[in-house]
Amino acid sequence: MTVLDHRNDPVAAVPGWRPGATAPRTDPAPLLPDPEPHRALGTGAADAADPELLRELYRRLVAGRRYNQQATTLTKQGRLAVYPASTGQEACQVAAALALRPQDWLFPSYRDTLAVVARGVDPLQALTLLRGDAHTGYDPRATRTAPLCTPLATQVPHAVGLAHAARLAGDDTVALALLGDGGTSEGDFHEGLNFAAVLHAPVVFLVQNNGYAISVPLTRQSAAPTLAHKAVGYGMPGRLVDGNDALAVHQVLTEAVERARTGGGPTLVEALTYRIEAHTNADDATRYRQAEEVDAWRAHDPVRLLEDALRGRGLLDEQLVADAADQAEQLAARMRAEFHTDPELDPMSLFAHVYAEPTQQLREQAGQLAAELAAEAEVHGR
Amino acid sequence: MSTAVRDQSGREQSGPRTGTMAQALNLALRDAMRADKTVHVLGEDVGALGGVFRITDGLTAEFGPDRCLDTPLAEAGILGTAVGMAMYGLRPVVEMQFDAFAYPALEQLFSHVAKMRNRTAGKLPLPITVRIPYGGGIGGVEHHSDASEAYYAHTPGLHVVTPATVADAYGLLRESIASDDPVVFLEPKRLYWGKDGWDPAAGVEPIGKAVLRRPGSSAVLVTYGPSLPVCLEAAEAARAEGWDLAVLDLRTLVPFDEATACEVVRSLGRAVVVHESAGFGGAGAEIAARLTEKCFHHLAAPVLRVTGFDVPYPPPMLEHHHLPGVDRILDAVARLQWEE
Ligand SMILES: Cc1ncc(C[n+]2csc(CCOP(=O)(O)OP(=O)(O)O)c2C)c(N)n1
Ligand SMILES: [Mg+2]
Repeated sequence: MTVLDHRNDPVAAVPGWRPGATAPRTDPAPLLPDPEPHRALGTGAADAADPELLRELYRRLVAGRRYNQQATTLTKQGRLAVYPASTGQEACQVAAALALRPQDWLFPSYRDTLAVVARGVDPLQALTLLRGDAHTGYDPRATRTAPLCTPLATQVPHAVGLAHAARLAGDDTVALALLGDGGTSEGDFHEGLNFAAVLHAPVVFLVQNNGYAISVPLTRQSAAPTLAHKAVGYGMPGRLVDGNDALAVHQVLTEAVERARTGGGPTLVEALTYRIEAHTNADDATRYRQAEEVDAWRAHDPVRLLEDALRGRGLLDEQLVADAADQAEQLAARMRAEFHTDPELDPMSLFAHVYAEPTQQLREQAGQLAAELAAEAEVHGR
Repeated sequence: MSTAVRDQSGREQSGPRTGTMAQALNLALRDAMRADKTVHVLGEDVGALGGVFRITDGLTAEFGPDRCLDTPLAEAGILGTAVGMAMYGLRPVVEMQFDAFAYPALEQLFSHVAKMRNRTAGKLPLPITVRIPYGGGIGGVEHHSDASEAYYAHTPGLHVVTPATVADAYGLLRESIASDDPVVFLEPKRLYWGKDGWDPAAGVEPIGKAVLRRPGSSAVLVTYGPSLPVCLEAAEAARAEGWDLAVLDLRTLVPFDEATACEVVRSLGRAVVVHESAGFGGAGAEIAARLTEKCFHHLAAPVLRVTGFDVPYPPPMLEHHHLPGVDRILDAVARLQWEE
């Protein structure tokens, strides 16, 4: 039978559709986000959490922080064309990767290279877009990680479609789409969430609300009570979480993924966080935000919150701290080494992969470029 | 491949038949869905209604609502969802309800569908067919008559296919669905109800091949899609003027069959490109430029264009002034510098 309800039965096409029918078709109450964002660190939940999970989150957050620093340094050295740092958002990035199982798919945006790396993609491959040598450096199918998406929110319907196809196939696959607060204003966000709810697709949306879309604050972006509330209008649950609380994000996402996996449909998660750095290395954040705001968020740092929780449980021993620092340095060293040299690029690759077979016109244009290259080589050879 | 179809009384039919383009397209979808269970149709009103032009008639009944899906009204959402479905191994066939209502999906089409193979170095080809009823001549009110082929043809990574005959409608749609590249499949809606005798089993020339619909010795009319019947009519009328016009049906704009077009133009030395969409920046500009570049020394006259005017599509009571007709085509033919 079908995964969709009522479709073959004209009588039940809209159950209860009669003049004067006013009752909501679904009860909105359970869909509403809690008034307070979910927190776990510093609460009883942290005391109950698996120590190894806390340690793993810690090691990865420390490495993630170092990854952001190293990538930013690489832009200053001209080794990356541009880098949108996720410094301050590491809890979301790492928890997103950890909440997924191997068969699940991640749909990242341009800011989510850390999530991609945390998923296991090689940092060099994850960063080719931002280095400028290839749009996508990894194999999306093999890594079950979609290409980094730059046109805002356009990855949202892709995640929905993939999740829908997986469900039709009877597969145990969930899709997780990442986007920012600004992206929620785009039409594709609306269309994607509406499709997800109608199709009951096993997909989770994580909005990393860092308060700004480049320079534009959230107040100019949306008048919704919270972004999580938007879920209710689509008929899916909205969840609000402290995006700097790695354990809380991990819990909320794990629950949402599990819900999707077991036929519960999509969930919208809004994580409240902050980007400590400018939008990218090319941006000047002092033009639109106050230093004291940044300081307030620095005091609510995701790495520090986790450290405090680990210390509270007596888990922050020398071994763990040394291991985490060591892994972080290894990652940074690998990035420095691998980005030290310019990549070797084949100009003729321009014509590869436009179509399965190049058209006559592309073959001619490839011939033209080859001749230009040969002429160039001759000039240099002389 | 099965080419069986049920007639009104439910009997399976196969072999030569007479039918409309709409029926041929419907059969192509049905046969593609029978042959390959990864083929999924999605769009607005494609289910119980069978689409506003009935091209998907009966598909939900035969294949169920999962295979032929009535979606919410959101063209970007439809195409974006199809992208994800294709990433997971399905072969989506998207129906856009009308030409102008495909525009909300252009970002998905241009930024993702056209580019995904390229931006993933061949790892994620998207075998998506986007069917779009296009063009005027049906008395449609505003936003129901755009000839939008130039937007698609200008975008690298898309194939752009537009049948003009009943047999091509079937054959080219089957091939488009089977293609691992994304295809924008433009259906000339004013040809939907034209009848012709054809045989699904006979096969047609592949995508990327132009076909000479009418041989001639004076000049060639180069055209495609909705303008083919107009050109054939013009060629017939031209006999009275003493011209023996050939008519070349391009069938696909991308890939453009330059070899065949150049061969015909070189042999005749005179050509007029005909389409109903606006001339400025239109497909005809590209075709005329290429023919001029490649056939210059064989030309007895500049390659001329007969197109719709550079105006927003007019109200239905005025559309016949906009659409190229026989007279406008013959006027252009007269300007091909016949007097030596
Ligand atoms: C469709 C589209 N419009 C504009 C842009 C340019 N742009 C890139 S990032 C950005 C801000 C996005 O803000 P948000 O969604 O909050 O994500 P953040 O950068 O804060 O992570 C803009 C306007 C774009 N990439 N895509
Ligand atoms: Mg933001």
